[in-house]
Amino acid sequence: MKFRAKIMDAACLNHFTWVSAMIAKLAKTCTLRISPQKLNFILSDKVANGGVSMWCELEQENFFSEFQVEGVSAENKAISLELMLENLSQALKTAWNARALKIKLTNKHSPCLTVSIELLSVSSSSRIVTYDIPVKVIPRKLWKDLQEPTVPVSDVSIYLPVLKTMKSIVEKMKNISNHLIIEANLSGELNLKIETELATHFKDLGNPPSASEDASQDRDPEQMAEVHVDIQKLLQFLAGQQVNPTKAVCNIVSNKTVHFDLLHEDVSLQYFIPAFS
Amino acid sequence: MRCLVTGGNVKVLGKAVHSLSRIGDELYLEPLEDGLSLRTVNSSRSAYACFLFAPLFFQQYQAAGPGQEALRCKILMKSFLAVFRSLAAVERSVEKCCISLGGRSSRLVVQLHCRYGVRKTHNLSFQDCESLQAVFDPALCSNVLRAPARVLGEAVLPFPPALAEVTLGIGCGRRVILRSYQEEEADSTVKAMVTEMSLGEEDFQQLQAQEGVAITFCLRELRGLLSFAESANLSLSVHFDVPGRPAIFAVKDSLLDGHFVLATLSESDLHSPAPRSPELRRLVPPLQAHSTPHLDDFANDDIDSYMIAMETTVDSEGSRAVPSTSLSPGLRPPCSPGPYSEDNEAEASTQPGTPPPKKFRSLFFGSILAPAHSPPGPSPVLAEDSEGEG
Repeated sequence: MKFRAKIMDAACLNHFTWVSAMIAKLAKTCTLRISPQKLNFILSDKVANGGVSMWCELEQENFFSEFQVEGVSAENKAISLELMLENLSQALKTAWNARALKIKLTNKHSPCLTVSIELLSVSSSSRIVTYDIPVKVIPRKLWKDLQEPTVPVSDVSIYLPVLKTMKSIVEKMKNISNHLIIEANLSGELNLKIETELATHFKDLGNPPSASEDASQDRDPEQMAEVHVDIQKLLQFLAGQQVNPTKAVCNIVSNKTVHFDLLHEDVSLQYFIPAFS
Repeated sequence: MRCLVTGGNVKVLGKAVHSLSRIGDELYLEPLEDGLSLRTVNSSRSAYACFLFAPLFFQQYQAAGPGQEALRCKILMKSFLAVFRSLAAVERSVEKCCISLGGRSSRLVVQLHCRYGVRKTHNLSFQDCESLQAVFDPALCSNVLRAPARVLGEAVLPFPPALAEVTLGIGCGRRVILRSYQEEEADSTVKAMVTEMSLGEEDFQQLQAQEGVAITFCLRELRGLLSFAESANLSLSVHFDVPGRPAIFAVKDSLLDGHFVLATLSESDLHSPAPRSPELRRLVPPLQAHSTPHLDDFANDDIDSYMIAMETTVDSEGSRAVPSTSLSPGLRPPCSPGPYSEDNEAEASTQPGTPPPKKFRSLFFGSILAPAHSPPGPSPVLAEDSEGEG
């Protein structure tokens, strides 16, 4: 098993740091799946996560100038590691003015992801910071839990309003109730409601073209699809989105799940919140 | 005593108090001929800090009234710090600061003369005390490195703010290395991230140390001095010796000097797998076998013999040298705080001339180095003169 990668470009480094910081806001620990073309940050819907799951994907060549991964065997070209995100964020935060960043899978008493940063310095000598982030290698037999989630057939698909606005509204609602209702229809209307009749209405949001032609034609555009979710889970998701994404879609499966599908330039993030039980 | 600080020096004084507050809860104030000394020590006696402000630092400096003996006092750090709580406010509005002790008031009076004629007077209660003396001599340390505080400040940036201990040493190619130190806890399944910063020799104004030497000390306690030195744009020098002997961090300019003396982990502490309480670990080479320490057991000989040493000042050399690890449990002196000289003799008689050479695995590049024997002579002692204490 081998993994070795390098980032030399400052913009790529900043972007990668930003991705890591965003994911760190969504979860404490997650699985990092490294394959020849992609990097994924995965949170599978275990009880420990409150049923929430996440799948973040990025194309490695958009970030790394060098990238080499070898799995356990020739046909298994991927490596899955579990790590604590704040460690990765801490390491990347230091790299904000780095000349180069190298990441390597190492074994220092136990498996580690070693991040080695060469800092820019005024003096002629270089300064090197090394972080040994402890990781847990996830054996292949558990990989089935780490598959890309199938996008559920949703009842309504709608573009989201500015996430910051949504966040500040949900933030205020959390003091009143611990769950809220998200409802949307195919006429571009989205409502956030809590029990005591407090609601925020968003209009003219637009709906993405539906995947299944028949389903959308049968559905009354005014009819709302709704799902009750835990406010804290929704807030945690929104808190991680400080920059408005390039694309943000919300898919509602009535009374089952809400699926957020975001695209931040070249990084895709999918976040699933189950209905409040 | 009466001293008057004016202008930018008020903020410098405030910053010094802030950095002392990171160490101890009591501030010892002593007006000397050389200047005003502010000292503190932490509760486990593993860190001592002292600032000495020369008479020229003050617009007026009077150590003692005519014909009077200099008074010295001990005040709650919290109270003194409150005077300088907001350095920004101090900088903005305080024009003069007058500190006086003695005279009619039975309080330490700190008076801030601020803008617009505002005067803030703080009357702080104090306790008489003996002088908090730490005998240490940077010149006795075989290793020294010195760099602008800014460089060291940048060097500690990558470390998580919560990190307690750090190891400083010289690695291959005379690079200066700082590495986070985490105690290995046998039962812990969650491993901590290790952070390491490596700096080149060129970053240092002075580097006199051999490759492979390393000491482990509490970074949190040093941060106070670091931030003081950075704000005053001074260089910081680090004097150290073998692991276990205190390390001395010093700053100096024409008007003041500051010294922070911090205990370092001894070699046996570094290799012991048993979890220990921080106080136990800080001590200078332990007497005992490693299997004994229990977290709650403060009756451990380690602390007691060291604390006994704490209570007195240096007497003869040699007898004060740290007892070696060859002392077997049966020969340990009883843990009672008897008169120092008795215990000392008991220790001295069982102590061989020098500690046996130990194999110390270098932390930096896996080589095995036998450290030099402890130098003879008085070892640094942190002691409060117990005579006259109530």
